[in-house]
Amino acid sequence: MSKIKSVADLKMRRDKLRSASETLINATEPDSAIQVKVSMATCGIASGAKTVMEFFMEQLDRRNVVAVVTQTGCMGYCYAEPTIEVKLPGQEPVVFGFVDLKRADQIIEKYIKTGELVDGIIPVNYQTIDLKE
Amino acid sequence: METIKLTIDNKEIDVHRGTTIYKAARELGIDIPTLCYMELHDMGIENNPAGCRICVAEVEGRRNLAPTCSTKCEPGMKVKTHSTRVLNARRTVMEFILSDHPKDCLVCSKSGNCELQDMSHRLGIREIPGQEFAATSTYRKDTSPSIIRDLDKCIMCRRCEMMCNEVQTVGALSAVNRGFMATVAPAFEQNLEYSTCTYCGQCVSVCPTGALTEVNHVPQVLRALNDPTKTVVVQTAPAVRVALGEEFGLAPGSIVTGKMTAALRALGFDYVFDTDFAADLTIMEEGTELLDRLTRHLKGDKTARIPILTSCCPGWVNFFEHYFPDLKDVPSTAKSPQQMFGAIAKSYFADKIGINRKDMVVVSIMPCLAKKYECQRDEFSVDGNPDVDYSISTRELANFIKQANIDIKNLHDEEFDAPLGESTGAGVIFGATGGVIEAACRTAYEVYTGKKLERIDFTELRGMEGVRSATIDFNGLPVNIGIAHGLGNARKLLDEVRSGKSQFHAIEVMACPGGCIGGGGQPLHHGNSEIIKARAAAIYAEDRKKPLRKSHENPFIIKLYDEFLGKPGSEKAHHLLHTHYFDKKKKIIVKK
Amino acid sequence: MSKYSMHLLVCGGTGCHAAESDAIVCNLRDELEAKGLLDSVQVILTGCFGFCEKGPIVKVMPDNTFYVQVKPEDAQTIVEEHVIKGRKVNRLLYKDPLTKEAVSDSKHMVFYKKQMRIALRNCGFINPENIDEYIARDGYQALGKVLTEMSPEETIKLVKDSGQRGRGGGGFSTGLKWELARKNVSDEKYVVCNADEGDPGAFMDRSVLEGDPHSVLEAMAICGYSIGASDGLIYIRAEYPLAIERLKIAIGQAREYGLLGDNIFGTGFSFDITLRYGAGAFVCGEETALIHSMEGLRGEPTVKPPFPAESGYRNKPTNVNNVETFASIPAIILKGARWYSSIGTEKSKGTKVFALAGKINNVGLIEVPMGTTLREVIFEIGGGIRNVKKFKGVQTGGPSGGCLTEKHLDTPIDFDNLIAAGSMMGSGAMIVLDEDDCMVSMAKFFLEFTVEESCGKCAPCRIGNKRLHELLGQICEGKGSLADLDRLKNMSLVIKDTSLCGLGQTSPNPVLSMMDNFREEYVAHVTHKKCPAGQCKSLMEYIINLDNCVGCTACARVCPVNAITGERKEVHLINSATCIKCGACMEKCKFDAIYIS
Repeated sequence: MSKIKSVADLKMRRDKLRSASETLINATEPDSAIQVKVSMATCGIASGAKTVMEFFMEQLDRRNVVAVVTQTGCMGYCYAEPTIEVKLPGQEPVVFGFVDLKRADQIIEKYIKTGELVDGIIPVNYQTIDLKE
Repeated sequence: METIKLTIDNKEIDVHRGTTIYKAARELGIDIPTLCYMELHDMGIENNPAGCRICVAEVEGRRNLAPTCSTKCEPGMKVKTHSTRVLNARRTVMEFILSDHPKDCLVCSKSGNCELQDMSHRLGIREIPGQEFAATSTYRKDTSPSIIRDLDKCIMCRRCEMMCNEVQTVGALSAVNRGFMATVAPAFEQNLEYSTCTYCGQCVSVCPTGALTEVNHVPQVLRALNDPTKTVVVQTAPAVRVALGEEFGLAPGSIVTGKMTAALRALGFDYVFDTDFAADLTIMEEGTELLDRLTRHLKGDKTARIPILTSCCPGWVNFFEHYFPDLKDVPSTAKSPQQMFGAIAKSYFADKIGINRKDMVVVSIMPCLAKKYECQRDEFSVDGNPDVDYSISTRELANFIKQANIDIKNLHDEEFDAPLGESTGAGVIFGATGGVIEAACRTAYEVYTGKKLERIDFTELRGMEGVRSATIDFNGLPVNIGIAHGLGNARKLLDEVRSGKSQFHAIEVMACPGGCIGGGGQPLHHGNSEIIKARAAAIYAEDRKKPLRKSHENPFIIKLYDEFLGKPGSEKAHHLLHTHYFDKKKKIIVKK
Repeated sequence: MSKYSMHLLVCGGTGCHAAESDAIVCNLRDELEAKGLLDSVQVILTGCFGFCEKGPIVKVMPDNTFYVQVKPEDAQTIVEEHVIKGRKVNRLLYKDPLTKEAVSDSKHMVFYKKQMRIALRNCGFINPENIDEYIARDGYQALGKVLTEMSPEETIKLVKDSGQRGRGGGGFSTGLKWELARKNVSDEKYVVCNADEGDPGAFMDRSVLEGDPHSVLEAMAICGYSIGASDGLIYIRAEYPLAIERLKIAIGQAREYGLLGDNIFGTGFSFDITLRYGAGAFVCGEETALIHSMEGLRGEPTVKPPFPAESGYRNKPTNVNNVETFASIPAIILKGARWYSSIGTEKSKGTKVFALAGKINNVGLIEVPMGTTLREVIFEIGGGIRNVKKFKGVQTGGPSGGCLTEKHLDTPIDFDNLIAAGSMMGSGAMIVLDEDDCMVSMAKFFLEFTVEESCGKCAPCRIGNKRLHELLGQICEGKGSLADLDRLKNMSLVIKDTSLCGLGQTSPNPVLSMMDNFREEYVAHVTHKKCPAGQCKSLMEYIINLDNCVGCTACARVCPVNAITGERKEVHLINSATCIKCGACMEKCKFDAIYIS
């Protein structure tokens, strides 16, 4: 990766990242892929997030679901670890708690494939600031 | 310097900015109590961890109490040092400290001389609440050849740590463990023996309690004195005679040479001799070595290493064996006066009185704890029989005299025995920093130049500054002299020697601040540097009183060479009076 | 894609669960089935909505309708009205407490503004190991802004005007701290990030570092620019391996992009960051101890002044800030001082991250604006007390703070209010206690921590805390007296008054506040030798109810110390002197004949 030499450089890079289809962060475009974020902070990993993440990567591939699995930090729901967030194209992201392999399987089969919700959804109850002025 | 005004206990005072409340209060005659703070004024030694919290005072507008030892005065400050809040806090903290301290005052070697005991008395503590279920922090006791560590009695004042690290740069002692079990110990809580400890004893001399004390050799001496088959010979170091009186209530700086001699005789020693004699002998050997190396060096002999370092201080010897083993051929090979004395006593003198060395016991009275270790070194014995059997400190001697019901103050002065009791003023000044090199100069000058030395007092070599230097004119040859007392100061000069930057021809090093008069075996100074200065003044006064003040003029020294040794540096002299040094770096064992 | 056109989300959080959420789900499904809608409308049990006071909650998706205090019998109305006719059921809608108007879309509810994530803005959102995701979220824009548009003085003024106070516990103004460090002239200065989070129950800093390391790096560079430093150090405990790994990755990526290193953005400003590892000593969170530890010395504090801003790391001016403090800085720079200072209370601005722990349903990490009440945090966001127990108190500020009670629940949380209430903000741990917690044992628990973590340098902390702990132990064992309570108080006050650093100056706070707020419980321990919460084993007594005992001998057979005697078919007796209070008898008894007094 080339160096960012100026603030203008940084802004360009940011804008490119936001629009580029390969980035999957908070993608606003309805056509972008399915995203699965696994909360991989110490507490999440301790309660099994790593296994869950590997499961998703392996199984989504095996089941021919085009999706991107990434790790992220603590979502704050310690009582419900491991937690994952799934974002289907064009929809609000949904957080699932207490995700063991059985539930992970359900999430793939039901939510990801058919849009059918499964138990264990954690309603998001906070607002996050946006730095955009 | 800016002056600021503040009030302490309703008294106004002007002080320089930067002054602590503690010092400002002292100027007002308010003596705030403290257990950890200690300052050796003018010697650059200050212990200031603000850990005991006894010196706290109330400062108007401040949330909590201020440790006065480390809180600087501010303009308009209003300080109360004895309000109800302060006195209650001070008492409660003192109760805390006492609750974690053994109550065996009756049998503690520091009893009567203990700052913690005094503080308890001063604060009027009569009971320790909750003592019945209070846990105490206890540790393994550690006895080294010189020093006993009984950390159950440690109050974490950190004075020993400051002495060992900041002043001496020995680094043997530092705080270990956390919380309730925190204490001061060698790394990994090893025994002192396996650390870099030099046995200088400076930790002992500042310890406010009985946590650090000397190994007591009085019982062994008593046994020897009561053994009819043994001839017991005693030697006394120069610094002892100017400090012993303090233990008997005499003013610091009182000279008690004659009374000490009388007391030793009363104790039953068969021969009361003087280490000063051996000091004169040391000058003969060391002075000769100095001149030899210097002249060879001046002639361009690359094998003649310059500067030459004095070697009469065992703490210092331990230090360079630990930290500068690469320089172990730099110091003079001359033994210390204590060991020269032992070697001569058990050869020349034993022959003279017709006894076997095994039937002779040599005891030394030393201001020093490292001497205890030194006399136990293997190289200073013949077939397992040490040249010096026991070394006891000034403090131990004082206690011994008290045990023997001797009223030293009312004894008539007595003289040392001949032949090993005769000495010159040069031998006396070994006790103060700069003294050894001054004594060496008095002799070396006359030997080198062949001229009589007109000005015997080399005042330029005296003083209390940590590192001093002077150039002495040897009839046209400028000889650069360096002096360091305190091992931290020695380290500075040693680093220069190691890097080849040293400009000195000769360097005197004494491990203890002030020299032997400030030794680890001396009566405790309790942070009063005036005591050390008074002892120094007494040493030089004793020197001035002596009819002979140059070692080579000592008639018994001349006789010793005539009858026994031949000449300085002879093979026999080498055999008996010189030694060699070891690399102790590898002796540090780190094991759990 | 989905076969369902509508979802009914029923709160299955512990609070709502108790209030019949299962029955609601059941009824909803029955209704849907009856109407033949089960194929197009799905009913789902969810985790806690965090609005437990108004539970049970049913949320209708996709229109975000939020029904509160739903009863099982409301299922029919919801299905008939909302699902079939598309009309919201007005009486079940949430009413805004101020306007009294019904809120139909949960996105407009004030409740969802209760948690506001500034420091945690990227946590759980971006991949912490990918700098691009941070950049896409406006990462490093703040650094760019200060380097190209603002002078150091302007930056400091902005931070000062924002009113942010240090999140590490002390609550000192961040801007003022920077200003002091800037004013001290020196050839070298240092920016230090204090990541030595160590009090029990606190994991805010770890979460930020693991979830959003770049925000801290960016803020440290901004601080460096402001005070005139080009070296940054992060003091992090070695027990945080994941945080360390992510920091290392982040620093590597930032260097690669030129966002750390020489001549950042071509402005001539250079700044780099290195990591320093702590061995996990709590006292090393104290800034002077932290600095000594970084210098390779024993981690123990020294008297302030001099403050690190004058003489810190390597005796150079040093600015030490906490992780959370730094993490908010880029947001403050980009959104402005006015924005930040509009959040919070008069003297405490912005938001604060709390780690909720203890007897609370939603153990977790939350971020709320200053001024949020304890009630909102515990009963709404936190979902209330676990197992329908009664709330007893909440320990804020960890072992340095105090215990707040029922009467403090409506106190807006900020630095000054917590201190006035006898506690403190601390780093943000909140440990919730319920009726089963004994306040003597609790105080003892916190002191055990302080005793363990004291460095041992000063006498009151080294020995005094130990004595406090011992005395509390005596009280727990029923060996205390009323006079001991006075001693406890005096010792506590003296330890606070005389200790060298913040650790000892605050360590008696739990005892003092618990003794203050639960005096009667302490008195019960010393005068009646009873533990009202039933936690102190020594004070418990197992007793056989004579009416219930049938003499089956089961208890006597199971007792490991033969403390129970009695003939077959006759009433048994427990010898309380022998009894070790293991509870085996009570467990074994089938007749409920054994109880604890």
